[in-house]
Amino acid sequence: MKMFKYLKSLTLKELLKGMTVTGKYFFKRKFTIRYPEEKTPKSDRFRGLHALRRYENGEERCIACKLCEAVCPALAISIDSEQREDGTRRTTKYEIDLFKCIYCGFCEESCPVDSIVLTDIHEFHFETEGRNVLDKQQLLAIGDLREKEVAECRQNDSEYR
Amino acid sequence: MSDIKNYTINFGPQHPAAHGVLRLILEMDGEVIVHADPHVGLLHRGTEKLAESKPFNHSIGYMDRLDYVSMMCNEHGYVKSIEKLLNIEAPIRAQYIRTMFDEVTRILNHLMWIGTHGLDLGAMTLFLYAFREREYLMDCYEAVSGARMHAAYYRPGGVYRDLPDYMPKHAESKWTKGKALKQVNSWREGSLLDFLEHFTDYFPEKIAEYNTLLTDNRIWKQRTVNIGIVSPERALQLGFTGPMLRGSGIEWDLRKKQTYAAYDKLDFDIPVGVNGDSYDRYLVRMEEMVQSNKIIKQCVKWLKDNPGPVMLDDYKVAPPNREAMKNDMESMIHHFKLFTEGYTVPKGEAYAAVEAPKGEFGVYLVADDSNKPFRMKIRAPGFAHISAMNEMVKGSMLADVVSVIGTMDIVFGEIDR
Ligand code: SF4
Ligand code: SF4
Repeated sequence: MKMFKYLKSLTLKELLKGMTVTGKYFFKRKFTIRYPEEKTPKSDRFRGLHALRRYENGEERCIACKLCEAVCPALAISIDSEQREDGTRRTTKYEIDLFKCIYCGFCEESCPVDSIVLTDIHEFHFETEGRNVLDKQQLLAIGDLREKEVAECRQNDSEYR
Repeated sequence: MSDIKNYTINFGPQHPAAHGVLRLILEMDGEVIVHADPHVGLLHRGTEKLAESKPFNHSIGYMDRLDYVSMMCNEHGYVKSIEKLLNIEAPIRAQYIRTMFDEVTRILNHLMWIGTHGLDLGAMTLFLYAFREREYLMDCYEAVSGARMHAAYYRPGGVYRDLPDYMPKHAESKWTKGKALKQVNSWREGSLLDFLEHFTDYFPEKIAEYNTLLTDNRIWKQRTVNIGIVSPERALQLGFTGPMLRGSGIEWDLRKKQTYAAYDKLDFDIPVGVNGDSYDRYLVRMEEMVQSNKIIKQCVKWLKDNPGPVMLDDYKVAPPNREAMKNDMESMIHHFKLFTEGYTVPKGEAYAAVEAPKGEFGVYLVADDSNKPFRMKIRAPGFAHISAMNEMVKGSMLADVVSVIGTMDIVFGEIDR
């Protein structure tokens, strides 16, 4: 029996079998994609870079209720608020520190007026110190840029929210 | 004869085979290990202390970051502990979703383990294959929660959102169009459950491939058979759990022994090893993937037939849905209250454990009638395993250390916490 096993091992059978598996894949279509030209599909629930949204008439949504500030586990959001001339409550400062943020999405969950959202942008970087803190203008600009996609994703997912 | 003394070397913390930041001080006699001293704490982030300063729900996201290759299992342990304190139970559909995603997580973890373990021992191809399969499961994670890894999906009282009935599709490009595009999107036509069903049909074939590559392979066997043997008695004494314990031949699995979620309604087996060496633990984990696949299949079937709520209908713990929140004053107040203060948990203490891919992951919570935990203690399986490092590698060769680290399936996020 031992002899038989010894002879079998001399044939390198199991190694050759392994090679056929790898060899087979040599001729198959590649599984990888050609990033950045091609991208993997992204779900409508994707949690990427933050943005602040506006209403259709251009008015910012945020009412400075500070729920997002309170709920943020990483204490990444900081808000100051004031009464605007027309008597509405608005933020004077709205900052998100992206180094602190853990992208949990709680801020979006908490916002009663769908102002702060996590967009599907995931390719971003910072070149200089301090750029990791997004201020209100930057956040609104991201929101303006992606409003269409953001609204569409929220719409698609609305029955689950 | 010249004087040859033992000398000590540093293994890690920046060693590619150290699985993160393990620093191992090895005392060597030639190439034989005399003593191994693992140093932990290089990834310590104070999760337990951090949790004391936050309302209960806020720490869910931090649970993902403990064992960062079995994210949802960690969340499960945590929310289970809160549910025990609050004396609530998630609806049955949520239980099934949790079961299903626990098993998805198990496969994710074991694929990562087989990939890195193989890579450490010189089987590079497998790493690429394992990551290909992981990609599908990561997509499932993303489809339900919006994040590929740190999901924050389980909540006390259920799960955040129901499973989506559509999957995102690949877009057309210069290289992928026509028939090829149709082929890559073929799983994605239906719902998430259809996608997972396709996966469960496809996966056994892939496990067979891994087996062809490794199980009989002479190099693999030389690197794992009779390496790091732990006897059943010793495994129990050392506090081993999960595949480390089952590899030694003890049939202990919380899914069966202290059943939770929907595991009592499902049919699966617990594989055990015989010799308690690296090779047996490898076989146990491979079989666990097959069993997990079986469980997912059963869950998919049940979830397709049984729609229902996935979150407790109790606004004191679970926020109302957005529609209600915007139209109804009372819901609005609940929403504000939950997102600022959270909920208060009655005085008491609770320990709840789940069978995470690496072993028993437990969370012990002490509550003091406030909205934050008074104390949290995490029982991480990896910590008990790494404590046995010296015992497992003493007397073996330097190269075997890599095999033992691999077989322990160490992740530093949970050991250092
Ligand atoms: S995603 Fe989470 S961590 Fe980031 S800002 Fe929002 S609440 Fe804070
Ligand atoms: S973004 Fe939303 S949650 Fe945050 S302060 Fe503005 S309105 Fe409130």
